[in-house]
Amino acid sequence: MTGYHLELSPSVWLDLSLLTMMVLVAIAMLRSRHLFAVVMLSGIYSLLSAAFFVSLDAVDVAFTEAAVGAGVSTVLMLAGMLLTARREKPITPGRAPVALAVVIAAGAALIYATIDMPAFGDGAAPANAHVGQAYVEQTPNDIAVPNIVTAVLASYRGFDTLGEVMVIFTAGVAVMLLLGAGSVRGGREVSDVDADKNEAA
Amino acid sequence: MDHLILKVTTKLLFAPIILFALYVQFHGDYGPGGGFQAGVIFAVAFILHAFCFGLAETKKVLPQKALTIAMVLGLMFYAGTGVATLLLGGNFLAYTEIDPQSTHHAGQHYGILLVEWGVGVTVASTMLTIFYHFTGREPDIDQEDW
Repeated sequence: MTGYHLELSPSVWLDLSLLTMMVLVAIAMLRSRHLFAVVMLSGIYSLLSAAFFVSLDAVDVAFTEAAVGAGVSTVLMLAGMLLTARREKPITPGRAPVALAVVIAAGAALIYATIDMPAFGDGAAPANAHVGQAYVEQTPNDIAVPNIVTAVLASYRGFDTLGEVMVIFTAGVAVMLLLGAGSVRGGREVSDVDADKNEAA
Repeated sequence: MDHLILKVTTKLLFAPIILFALYVQFHGDYGPGGGFQAGVIFAVAFILHAFCFGLAETKKVLPQKALTIAMVLGLMFYAGTGVATLLLGGNFLAYTEIDPQSTHHAGQHYGILLVEWGVGVTVASTMLTIFYHFTGREPDIDQEDW
């Protein structure tokens, strides 16, 4: 943290207000027992973090967060919510001293670790110095695409991205296996509603 | 499920959303975006359609069977690009082999486009598959339950 002076420029105020709003939304999510409200708040949380990523100049990450986090996740959570109760069961507060102690200890350790972290935008930070610097310097010579993020994602780390696509594919297959397109009995598709009626009869 | 304004708006927005998805897909080399984001935006167009017209109508446009095939094809397209570069004599996913004579790295550009297309197809069809399976399990939600 040496040699880094906090300037209260407009962008710092913007970051601070975005982070404050994210904390407030997180607290509201914790306190609400109404699942619909929680899903909507989680969408708002994603949108706020997308705005925060834009202010950190990570447009690609912001784009993904806005599309996946605020868009599709919210829809999938809504669709999942429809399959369960609308309200979370009430919990009795103040009955988990061990959990509280663990959370406080882990939180304190994380805050302690931030003291050693390089300042934001520090050119000598490990993330900017070694392989990151090589990507920035080599992309115009090796690949010549203007968006270095794409160059890293699809070319330098193409094998890594293949693994990511496989993870997404596996998630889709897992959902298909678990929820099924209606159960199939004897090669004939039966919906779950019909199956329940048959069992009841 | 009978809101005229929503239906008209969805019909108006449907094509531009898909156009934007394709822009994000093919402009990923030059600006923010790429296959992951494009796939999600493409899926969102159909999710919007399902919200307004019901899942049954959307399944007529894009049946689950087609999505299952697209999921596999997208992944195979990505891996196939790697195998193609292997057959051309390079390493797995070494795109330069696609056009080794090029002086402006055309091979890399082709490779990235092909691979991103595979990513986009897989992401879009997987997202829609998950959505179909979650939404297809209960017909409707009571107004009092919101």
